[in-house]
Formats: sequence, C-alpha cells, structure tokens
Amino acid sequence: MKYFKNFYKYRYLLAEIVRKNIKLQYRNSVLGIFWTFLQPLLTTIVLVLIFGGVFGRKDASLVNYPIYLLCGRLIYEFYTQSTKRAMRSIRNSASVIKKVYVPKYIYPLSNVIANFITFLISLLVLVCFIVFFYFFSDQPPHITPYVFLSPVPVIILLILSIGVGLILCTLEVFFKDIEYLYEVFCMLLFYMTPIIYTLDTLNIQMKWVKMALMANPLYSIIEMFRDCVLFGEMININHLLYSLGFSILTVIIGLWAFYKKQDKFILHI
Amino acid sequence: MAKPAIVVDNMSMMFNLNKEKVDNLKEYFIKLVTRKLHFTEFWALNDISFTVEKGDRVGVLGFNGAGKSTLLKVIAGVLKPTKGSVKVSGVIAPMLELGAGFDMNYSGKENIYLYGATMGYSRKFIEEKYDEIVEFSELGDFIDVPVKNYSSGMRARLGFAIATAVEPEILILDEVLSVGDAKFRQKSEAKIRSMFDKGITVLFVSHSTQQVLNICNKAIILEKGKLIAQGDAKEICDKYNQMVKGGK
Repeated sequence: MKYFKNFYKYRYLLAEIVRKNIKLQYRNSVLGIFWTFLQPLLTTIVLVLIFGGVFGRKDASLVNYPIYLLCGRLIYEFYTQSTKRAMRSIRNSASVIKKVYVPKYIYPLSNVIANFITFLISLLVLVCFIVFFYFFSDQPPHITPYVFLSPVPVIILLILSIGVGLILCTLEVFFKDIEYLYEVFCMLLFYMTPIIYTLDTLNIQMKWVKMALMANPLYSIIEMFRDCVLFGEMININHLLYSLGFSILTVIIGLWAFYKKQDKFILHI
Repeated sequence: MAKPAIVVDNMSMMFNLNKEKVDNLKEYFIKLVTRKLHFTEFWALNDISFTVEKGDRVGVLGFNGAGKSTLLKVIAGVLKPTKGSVKVSGVIAPMLELGAGFDMNYSGKENIYLYGATMGYSRKFIEEKYDEIVEFSELGDFIDVPVKNYSSGMRARLGFAIATAVEPEILILDEVLSVGDAKFRQKSEAKIRSMFDKGITVLFVSHSTQQVLNICNKAIILEKGKLIAQGDAKEICDKYNQMVKGGK
C-alpha cells in the first residue's frame, strides 16, 4: 500500500521523464520523430534485399516475407533498445539520485515506457506494409478477426522488457561490464530468434538445438504477433502461457533484486 | 502540540571504505577468491539524536568532513541510515546542490517542469507558479536556452527559484547561498525570511556564522560524526567561533 501511494505521488515524474526521453531522442535531427517510421522502414528494406533471396522464396508457410521480417525486427528492436536504455538509466541519473529522493525504479520504468511509445508509433510502418501488400501483391497477408488479438503479445513484450530492464540496471550499478556483455548477447539474440528465417527452413536435426531456440521467450512473442497480423490464426496457447509466465517471473525477480539492492546504488554510482 | 517536523533518533551512518574500487566482475571474483575484499568501516555519523519543531530554523555548523552533508542527505531520504531512524513530516525541498535535477539538454522552461516533478508536483501546479519562478530567477529570454549553456550562477538562480516557489514545508539548504553574487544572496536570504511567516522549517548548512545568525534561531555543531552541541543559535555560534580559534 505504501508503495502504491508513493508511486501515485511520483506519477508526474514518470510522465515527465517519459516525455523528456522521447523529446530528447530526436532533438536536433532534421526529420525528428519521423525517424521512428523511417528507421525500421529502411532497415527492413535492406534486410529484405539481402535475405529475401535466401529465405524469402515463395514459401506458403511464410505468406509474405517483408511483413514476416518486419514483425520480428520491430519486436526485437523494441526489446533490445528498451532493455539497453533501462540498464544504463540508473547510472545516467546519478546526479539526481545522489541529491534528491526519488523512487529509483522510475528511471528504468520510464525508459522502457518511452521506448514503448516510439515502438507503438513505429507500428504504423507495419500497418502501411500490411495495407500495401494486401492490395498490391500476389502474397497478401491473411487478415482475419484474430488481428484484434495483436495487443496480447505486445503487452507481454512490455512486461518482459520491464522485468529484464530491472534486472539489468541492478546488475549494471555493481558491474559495469554487463553493458558490453549484453551488447554481445543482443547480437546473438538477433540470430537466435527467427527474425530473418523460419525455424522450419533451418531444418534442424538435433532436438536439443531446436528446444533451445524455442525456449527463447522472444520467439514465442514474435510468433504470436505473426499469428495475429500475418497468418490470421489463433494465438498458440503454449506460446501464450510460456511467454507470459516467463515475463511475470522476470518482473518478480527484477523487483526483488532491485528492492534488495537499491539502497546501495548510491554508494556505487 | 504539533508534530515535530524532523525527528532524528539514535541515527548512525556507516560507509565501507574499500581501498580499491571494485567495479567489474573479474576483479570481484579474483578478490573474492583470494579473500582480498578488505573493507574499513567508517562511521560518518555516530549516534545522532535531535528534534526539529515545525517553524524552527536550524543551522548546522561543523568543519569539513564533520558529516554535515551526510546528515542532510539522510534527512532528505537520499541515504538510508545504517542504524536508528529519521522521521520527517511535511513536504521537503532538498537543495543539496542547486539544479541537481536538471537535464543539461533541456531548456530552462522544460527543466522547471522536470524539477517540479522530481519533487512530486504536477505539471498543472508548476504552471501556476511558472511566472513567479521565471521572474525570481531573472533569466528572461534565456529560459528557452538549453541549461548546458547556462552559467553556474544562472543555474543556481533557477534551481533556487523553483525549490522556493513550490512552498515546501521543510527546506534543506547545503551551502547553497554561498554561490551567486551578493545581490542574489541578499535576494534569496530575503526570500527565505519571507517564508518564515508561513511557518517553514529550515535546515541550513553554512560555514559563515553570520549567515546562520541571519537566518536561524537554533543551531547544532557536528564534529567527526558526533553531535557535540545544540541550542540557541547565538550561543552555538559563539561556541563555534571559539572552536575555530582554538583549532588554530
């Protein structure tokens, strides 16, 4: 109860920092907030040009390669950007934390939320892609009423990012090395998640490799999202339960670690 | 009898002083395995107890390293005491450093809202105070310039203007009146004094007994983390002046 009251008091701060992060991200760039669309659009075009020939052959299970790729990339990009920024948030706000009392979780939380808002804006690119390919191509995405389930994976993704962000920022205060390690991990994650390929085209023989790839919660989230907006199918219930359970568990671990260690932050930053 | 504004009860603050700073995994494990993680305990504050009633203005005196800033940080809630407790009732405006909540890339105007939110105030509330803040800070057209281009005096003026405009119940000032020019010092002293009528509680750290006498009615002296004297401002300032002479 005490925590909720405190959160309620500092809700303005949360809003202000979210606003600040979004404003400052694109300040001084000529195109400004427009980059939220342009960046995923251009990178997706590059990836389609490079990998389209290899993985994007007319494959019925894929339906539409550019949309398939964009779904994965948008979700991956949000996850990595928000967790990386949350990880650095405590150290970046050291000057404030050392001088004024503020609930410290506001910083990782506001960074994830700021990124979430730009992510939602960048989803407009996906809408454009879907509309374009629906009307002007021979591989239209299967749009069914299941498209309205698409917020489900998005919300699970948000929960996962908050949890991972809390864990990472707690670790980062004590061991700065985690920044570099996580950078490498994110690169590995990009290739381990079926973003540019499908699990089936890899044709993996060894069962444990396939299991390891499927244990990735990001895989479940991306698959669910594709089910909704591309394949037009019902969400796979196993994916839903697994990713939701995994996300809630990371939030619990994150909160526990954060609350246990937050009084020591000031001595290390 | 109203509840006292600040109650500090047998409070101690201990820091681990490790000789080398360990901030990466490799070093940490090597030292953990070789048992070289030596810490020396350092008690910055030792068993401090005092009470500040509502409306009191307490000057905190002491030499460098006596624990004044640590005491204020504990009261502001930035540090958590190792032992004992600190109870504060009322809205606190901590000014351990003027403009600590500022974002350098943000303009003065945007920082007013950000700083207000850092203290827990809504955008709407700050909007009402906006004109007053800009006027007091004397920034004029500079209010739309990023704070990174401000001089330290301008930054201090803006920080002071925001922290006092929101009418806090407890004001914590850590040598903040020693920055800025004489005109600003006078103006801010006058501002603080004008807030006395509203029953504001002030904690004031300064090395100048003159400033303490100007503002405070009570005072305490800290020496090496211990509270060695408390009482009437005049009496304590005399004692402090003697300590300064005696030390030489």
